[in-house]
Amino acid sequence: MDKAQIIETVNEFLMEEFESDAADIVAEENMHEALDLDSLDYVDLVVLIDENFGFKTTSEDFQSITTFDDFYDFIASKIA
Amino acid sequence: MNRVVITGRGVYSCLGKNVAEATECLKAGRSGIIFDPIRKEMGFRSALVGNVEIPDLKKEVGRKDRKAMPEEAMYAFVSTKEALANAGMSQDFIDENEVGILFGNDSTAGAVIEGVDLLRAKKDTTLIGSGNIFQSMNSTVTMNLSTIFRLKGVNFTISAACASGSHSIGMGYLLIKMGLQKQVVCGGAQEINPYAFGSFDGIGTFSTQEDEPSKASKPFDKNRDGLVPSGGGATVILESLESAQARGANILAEVVGYGFSSNGEHISNPNKDGQVRALNMALEMGGVKPSEVDYINAHATSTPVGDGFEAQAIHHVFGDNGPLVSSTKSMTGHECWMAGASELVYCLAMMENGFVAPNINFKEADEHSEKLNIPNKSVEKELNTIVSNSFGFGGTNSTLIIRKFAP
Repeated sequence: MDKAQIIETVNEFLMEEFESDAADIVAEENMHEALDLDSLDYVDLVVLIDENFGFKTTSEDFQSITTFDDFYDFIASKIA
Repeated sequence: MNRVVITGRGVYSCLGKNVAEATECLKAGRSGIIFDPIRKEMGFRSALVGNVEIPDLKKEVGRKDRKAMPEEAMYAFVSTKEALANAGMSQDFIDENEVGILFGNDSTAGAVIEGVDLLRAKKDTTLIGSGNIFQSMNSTVTMNLSTIFRLKGVNFTISAACASGSHSIGMGYLLIKMGLQKQVVCGGAQEINPYAFGSFDGIGTFSTQEDEPSKASKPFDKNRDGLVPSGGGATVILESLESAQARGANILAEVVGYGFSSNGEHISNPNKDGQVRALNMALEMGGVKPSEVDYINAHATSTPVGDGFEAQAIHHVFGDNGPLVSSTKSMTGHECWMAGASELVYCLAMMENGFVAPNINFKEADEHSEKLNIPNKSVEKELNTIVSNSFGFGGTNSTLIIRKFAP
């Protein structure tokens, strides 16, 4: 899966499950602020990553992620 | 002591998605019972159930709130929204006052099983997701609604089997009467998914007359063979008379009595004595003579044992030539944890529209029900004083009395 496919998959589940507007998902923007994430949302992101990319992560992993682009890169690094 | 009035009501049940729809069914004697083939495939003795559609709240409730809501909280959200609108109680008013919430609920089987299934499949607790914990706690309805409607008064769930909804209204009544609360959102909610009713079906409680679903629930009839499960949400807005008058609210009725008791005997079989004590306590509290009661909305669920004891209890208290008695469960099935609340909403609809809903499917009386005055057709009648009975497993009994408001 290349990065374009990762971006497409992530953006799709963010729009579907997090009901985000496409306009709010901008690669260089702060993902936590754009999605108004709270501690429970990180649990749901862990579930979505497992369902869509098949690897297990933890809520703590999101501490090193700031932008949407960081998130895409994090996933790319795990499934590389 | 404060006088306590009802200023709003809402319902979401197999009779309708709001009070207007439900009232139409009650008047017409229309059943909301269907045959659900999925239950048969799952091994149910009876696949009969109330026809309740899960509401789509995507446009009304945000994702963060919605993910914590099991079906019963969704039903209760719809009925509460209707009740608050009916009461003319705005969000601004709620934000400025300590409005409480007491709801009856006694299971969250669907959410619990969904969470356990995920844990077994994934072997990782995080992969259950964040919503399941809030969905699977018994207080899920009050925790969700208090959050969504930003309620700041009393906030807890009452679990008392099939009397849960009735006791929640009774407790709200007492809190307001004693001056501890001014406004309380009261009600009951009931999940309807098959998991919620499997073990209940297993003990042989449900009617197996599946060929004609609308005729299966026949409370008080000699040939009754069990109840039909149903569910949904029902809400009444209780407030002190002072609060209602200060708001200029439309008063639907006054709650004048709440009687409660425990049988102290068998876990599933009721008895006459406990029900009589609850009835007498409510009448005494309200200063209501039996002869003043115009209508009794019976608990009668259509089980052979239960209806017999209630008929005896009613006859004991009200004697020969007592008031009209009907069980709306003949149309709704048994709405279990919500029944006491939904049935009070149905009583309010009857009081408002001047009729007694029929006990449909009542064709032949037995030795006990022959002593009661049970109409199987809708009766036009002005109703000033109504008694509503609710009884539950463990021998918990609740009786509420409402009266047309007179200043």
